[in-house]
Amino acid sequence: MSVDQVSFEPAVERITRGQLIRRRFFRNKTAVFGLCVIAFMFVFAFGGPYIGQWNYSESDFSSLLKGPSASHWFGTTQIGVDVFAQTTRGLQKSLIIGLLVAVFSTGLSAIVGAFAGYLGGRADKATMWFVDLLLVLPSFLVLVILSRFYQGKTWLLLVVGLTIFDWMITARVVRGLAMSLRERDFVRAARYMGVPTRIIIFRHLLPNMASILIIAATLNVGGAILAETGLSYLGFGVAAPDVSLGTLIAEGTGAALTYPWLFMFSGSILVLTVLAVSFIGDGLRDAFDPGALRVKKNAKS
Amino acid sequence: MTNSLIEIRDLSVTFPSEVGTVQAVRNISLDIRAGEVLGIVGESGSGKTVTSLAAIGLLPDSATVSGSVMFNGVNLLDLNDDQMSKYRGNQIAMIFQDPLSALNPVHTIGRQIAEALLIHKDISTEAAHKRAIELLEIVGIPRPAERAQSYPHEFSGGMRQRVMIALAIANEPKVLLADEPTTALDVTVQAQILDVLKTARDMTGAAIVLVTHDLGVVAGIADRVAIMYAGKVVEVGPVEEVYAQPAMPYTIGLLRSIPRLDADPGERLASISGAPVSPINLPDSCAFAPRCPAASAVCLTKTPELINLSPTRLTACARQSEIFTLQESGQLFQQGPTHVGVTSTSDEVALEVCGLQKTFPLLKGSLLRRRVGSVYAVDGVDLVLRQGHSLALVGESGCGKTTTLLEILNMVAPEAGSIAVLGRDVAQLSKSERLEMRKDLQIVFQDPFASLDPRLPIGDAIAEPLDNFGMSQQDQEKRIIELLELVGLNRAQASKYPNEFSGGQRQRIAIARALALNPKILALDEPVSALDVSVRAGVLNLLAELQEKLNLSYLFVSHDLAVVQHVADDIAVMYLGSIVESGPVREVFAKPQHPYTQALLSAVPIPDPKVERVRKRILLQGELPSPANPPSGCRFHTRCHVRSTLSPELAARCASERPSLSASKHGAVACHAPLN
Repeated sequence: MSVDQVSFEPAVERITRGQLIRRRFFRNKTAVFGLCVIAFMFVFAFGGPYIGQWNYSESDFSSLLKGPSASHWFGTTQIGVDVFAQTTRGLQKSLIIGLLVAVFSTGLSAIVGAFAGYLGGRADKATMWFVDLLLVLPSFLVLVILSRFYQGKTWLLLVVGLTIFDWMITARVVRGLAMSLRERDFVRAARYMGVPTRIIIFRHLLPNMASILIIAATLNVGGAILAETGLSYLGFGVAAPDVSLGTLIAEGTGAALTYPWLFMFSGSILVLTVLAVSFIGDGLRDAFDPGALRVKKNAKS
Repeated sequence: MTNSLIEIRDLSVTFPSEVGTVQAVRNISLDIRAGEVLGIVGESGSGKTVTSLAAIGLLPDSATVSGSVMFNGVNLLDLNDDQMSKYRGNQIAMIFQDPLSALNPVHTIGRQIAEALLIHKDISTEAAHKRAIELLEIVGIPRPAERAQSYPHEFSGGMRQRVMIALAIANEPKVLLADEPTTALDVTVQAQILDVLKTARDMTGAAIVLVTHDLGVVAGIADRVAIMYAGKVVEVGPVEEVYAQPAMPYTIGLLRSIPRLDADPGERLASISGAPVSPINLPDSCAFAPRCPAASAVCLTKTPELINLSPTRLTACARQSEIFTLQESGQLFQQGPTHVGVTSTSDEVALEVCGLQKTFPLLKGSLLRRRVGSVYAVDGVDLVLRQGHSLALVGESGCGKTTTLLEILNMVAPEAGSIAVLGRDVAQLSKSERLEMRKDLQIVFQDPFASLDPRLPIGDAIAEPLDNFGMSQQDQEKRIIELLELVGLNRAQASKYPNEFSGGQRQRIAIARALALNPKILALDEPVSALDVSVRAGVLNLLAELQEKLNLSYLFVSHDLAVVQHVADDIAVMYLGSIVESGPVREVFAKPQHPYTQALLSAVPIPDPKVERVRKRILLQGELPSPANPPSGCRFHTRCHVRSTLSPELAARCASERPSLSASKHGAVACHAPLN
């Protein structure tokens, strides 16, 4: 774009990066749709129990293993528990576990990786040794052993556990990117302006690796929900009679063909959630990337 | 008229891209005559490389090509890849810009040249090897029989380019296509390579097509020149005539806007406004019209085609008949008034560097890394920059000039020597004082594409230093607008990302960011070398203007002496980590005292064929030695052209005793036998 073309534009207020990103994100229809779906999931998970007639721990012995009906919207299980109540209850946990683990573990890997890569030297070596140590520990086993201590206590501890064993690989990738970005001229220029390290990392390093972080976070949502399932399946994590989306799917899979309602509802909600998250992730990534074509096209139309 | 070897007719090349069709070459016609040197000059994106690639059939599959390229009665565009292979390397050979990626790293160069011979000729392997060694000798590789056994990584850049030339002339082709053959090389090496190209032409009688952006190189070697702009040839003619009386406004602008070594110091260059157009969805009008001072309504109606100006010259301009009158009346690209240069007579020192040293360790071993040696990147540098002056630090790549700059900007105590900024030794600064001092010393980097964060709108980028020193939001907004206008941009552009700007504009943004804190000293690391030729003048003029307006002191690092002569007051010439000569630019350029300075000056091409062809050129032997293992005594003695004329005692002294920088007639020189 040449100088003379631009001079026709009226003088406008300067827009900062934050405002630009927000504007670009909300212009992206799929991303906004994803955001709406997630919002709806929350409303469904936390509002559902109030409109449903049954509690997730009650059994209706008059209808065992019945399909969806007027009184049991999503059908019942072998022991007559209402599937609708179970699904909402499970979704409450899985949504929070999935989103929190994704955000926390990606955030942790971004911060640790970026600092290690940017600072280099001893700080980098120490951090990477620690990361390698965590990587060789069989995380599943450790969580299983530790579950003796947190079982019965709040399941939010599970979020902490899953986070701690989920950030290392992304951190290594981030560290590598930080090491190459550190040598770039714009980072050097900032350093010669006397900009402190932490601001350089948050202003220059992390936005320039936004796409990889967003992809990692998106994958982590699904990963965390399923990892929790694995633990729950072994009887750790979320304990019966309490349920999560993961446990419901695990139990329902066997009967997926014969009694599809046991599996279908929780399964499709999981798919929908992960899909919505990836829509949001794509939108965020395009909003961060000034070269993204789709955003530009939308802006023109 | 001499017969044409290659006739390009109505050649068009387009590439699909996500933002539209890229019209890389638009309907051009061009003749390449037997035995001539044709210079194709253009900026990046003008289609000059694509034209040459089309002629040799090396365009990517995604390209759509139309028109014809006739060679010996055969349309090369009709041939398939196999048929084309009979011509490539045999009839038409190519010399690429980057010889490192053009040579196969896992084969010896002797084998690679022999391979080229064996493919096209029916000779024995031994004969091919013998011929390969001969060829290496022709292009000036010392000890060719031995060096034929070496791998490409064992050669320096200039030597690799010689190997490429040997490879290209192996089968005595009719046409040599050289795509920016010297762009990646230093001036002293460039002079050597151009010499080799001339030898190659004389040996084989091949026509050479020299694709370049450097008008100086063309002036020295080419017979005819074709100027390209936005995929069109806009002017063709014999070099002397085109340079003496350019007919297309773009050519006029180019010739007026490039800094010349033989111009008056401090002359303000004419500049071409705007930036080169991107060849996407071009309208049917003269592509140069938006930047042309002679543009009128007729220029916007249709794309001008080449028409005969004289039997030998062609030009593509709708107002072709009026151009010369316009030019005489001074309406086209006038050089500005000579800028005053140093305004203040203050002798206050802005920056002083004394005996600066910086070594990098050479490490060996994988687990326990031990130091096996040192690279003497900077080894005893003395600089004095006075307030309001510009000091140029020049030298070939690898001589340590950028390292010196970065050492100064780090503002910590150096390994040896001292750095004083505005009279204060940086070694004694406390952390907060150092931060405060950073306000006074800012940097503009070479590559404007790397120096701006691609994910930060430029307003935020300029605000960064302001924000860092705690300026309030409202003041920041005001200052950003002020700075943008200072460098010739407008406020509406503040919320755009760097990728929406051209190279020249980006460099202006980088300058605005550096000026945000009102620094007293600005370090400029090759600020125009990454820019297109037509926008360089604009940035250089801006720098000169800012210096006058804001009384800045510039520390200017460059390898381009023509640019230095244009902007600097003082010069320090660096060779292999130390200063060999310093003094006022005018005096040093007129009467260089160090043989190296003399050689450097003589190697810089001047964009004027009349001057360029009669200049005496000093060709230096070899290339910059490795700073890990510098020569004894005078670092330059291994390449010195004066040494052979000295008495044996003095010559021995050059090799044993290192000369120190001592005061001379004008400035200082480090040489046992200074010239003049």
